[in-house]
Amino acid sequence: MNDKSYKILLFATALIMPTVCGGVVYALVTDAYEAFEHFGFLKFLTSSEWSYTEGAEQYGALPFITGTLMTTLMALIFCIPFSLPVALFTGEYFKDTKVAAMLSTVTDLLAGIPSIIYGLWGFYTLRPIIMTLNISPQGSGILTASLVLAIMIIPYAASLSSEFIKMVPNDMKEGAYSLGATRAEVIRKVIFPVAGSGIFSSYILAIGRALGETMTVTMLIGNTNNIPDSITSTGNSMASIIANQFGEADGLRLSSLIAIGLILFLITAVINMIGKVMIKRARIV
Amino acid sequence: MKKIFLSIITLTLAIAMVSCGEKVTNDSRKAQELSGAGATFPLPFYNVVFEQFGQVKGDQVAYGGIGSGGGVRNLRDKIVDFAGSDAFLSDKEMAEMDPVIHIPACMGAVVLAYNLDGVKELTLSGEIIADIFAGNIKMWNDKRLAALNPDVTLPAEAIIPVYRSDGSGTTFVFTDYLTKVSPMWKEKFGAGKSVNFPSGQAAKGNPGVAGVIKQTKNTIGYVGSEYAFAQKIAYAKIQNRRGEVVEATAASISAAASGEIPTDTRCSITNSDAAGAYPISTFTWLIIYKEQNYSDRSKEQAIATLDLLKYILSDKAQGITSEVHYAPLPAKAKELSMKNLKNVTFDGAAIVQ
Repeated sequence: MNDKSYKILLFATALIMPTVCGGVVYALVTDAYEAFEHFGFLKFLTSSEWSYTEGAEQYGALPFITGTLMTTLMALIFCIPFSLPVALFTGEYFKDTKVAAMLSTVTDLLAGIPSIIYGLWGFYTLRPIIMTLNISPQGSGILTASLVLAIMIIPYAASLSSEFIKMVPNDMKEGAYSLGATRAEVIRKVIFPVAGSGIFSSYILAIGRALGETMTVTMLIGNTNNIPDSITSTGNSMASIIANQFGEADGLRLSSLIAIGLILFLITAVINMIGKVMIKRARIV
Repeated sequence: MKKIFLSIITLTLAIAMVSCGEKVTNDSRKAQELSGAGATFPLPFYNVVFEQFGQVKGDQVAYGGIGSGGGVRNLRDKIVDFAGSDAFLSDKEMAEMDPVIHIPACMGAVVLAYNLDGVKELTLSGEIIADIFAGNIKMWNDKRLAALNPDVTLPAEAIIPVYRSDGSGTTFVFTDYLTKVSPMWKEKFGAGKSVNFPSGQAAKGNPGVAGVIKQTKNTIGYVGSEYAFAQKIAYAKIQNRRGEVVEATAASISAAASGEIPTDTRCSITNSDAAGAYPISTFTWLIIYKEQNYSDRSKEQAIATLDLLKYILSDKAQGITSEVHYAPLPAKAKELSMKNLKNVTFDGAAIVQ
């Protein structure tokens, strides 16, 4: 194949992705239009009604946006104390040793487990534990879903942060040591400030993963269409309401579900963009 | 490489041609391929019956379990021979399409499964069920529950209702029953495939609801009888309209349809006043067009469609219902349906004599 046709072929294949992405946005917008037009964009975002009564249908996305944000935020909080030590272990303390390689392989393995398996584990193992500890009587809810989500996003946060921690120049660390800094001080005063934005961006990307997680959340969140009033109460996330109701939905409800899909798409896109920008900044340092 | 590719194509073509070979049914009409879509609730029954029908008549029946709503939509778009639906079409829906005929295929019910430590038998009444799901009865040792269950020690624990998170015919039948027995329910929540239950938690599909109940103490939820029977789940007895305490069985479900039913069989049989009737029972219907000549269908295809419906109404097919955890149609419903089939026409002429 000559150079020119090779170039054309590459160009054509590279064009597929933006086309698909554009198509997805187009389809979401056209199908969601009915809901936005009927309820008004702002009202749809801020209404917490999800009522099927024929003739007086009311659909609003607020309970699901809250559910998604709550589970994601809590998953992030639960994930930090597990992923940060792993990142420091593999990226600094035991950098380039066999133990570190083994640990990071095992952590990465977590990323390869299908989400339905996490869901089953959460349903049959974690849920009964939550019930026996008397945290909540029904076991399902925001807390249960967040805990499993946290485990699911650990590998994403840990392996990327570890890379950024490894990238901190040795000169800087040695300089700190020569001034009499302990290892803990080096981590706090050198590694975190230098690799900080990189570590931050790896958590942002992990959030992106938690936002759209569907199966696990559907199995564990309790699937009630209300704004959760505590972290142990049941709710619904944007992905789980779509998974639950898409099958039998039509008309305005279908359009509302697609509208929720569009909002989820936008939130995920923005979060990923922030992550990408932060990574770029981290590289400059 | 090319050779291998070619031989694969030849082989596939050969197989396709063999399998397309024309079969002839035993009443010397060409074997047809029928397609239908709709309700998932009767799917296990249909799978068995359609398979047997294929063996007896030679016609192939493909049925897609895409939900009642989808099935009716497909029939309206005239892309299927028949639709399966757990709910009969409303007058408004009937007016929007060409005349159709409802043929009940079998019966099922909705049972109330529960998980209570040490409680093996539980009796409920319609009003109590409505108040539990509306959140008015909050504790298992509520006075009204205790009065119905004098021999049972009910725990002093909060009740956790479990309901379906997805739209479902099961929810429709259940809430249709509650609207009939409780004015409070009718006013506040109504009947539908999706209903805003005020308390408890939700799960997807019968397996989801049954799974949550099995796993969680002090729960109660509604599950399709076909699933509960197959999985041997414990469920409550329910007081019917006559005040009898009835357990859901094939016989008590069939009994629910033994009262008066309209000639077109479009009726809800929940809260039936027949003797020995289980009150949350339902028909599931197959719906076809009255005029069978549409979308270039051949007369033979129309005859095959009617053959299929006649087969489902036959004693042989109805005998399978309880084996696959449904209930057979009572004689009256079968009789009415056979009569209704005589009204089906092709180009205006009746098909069944």
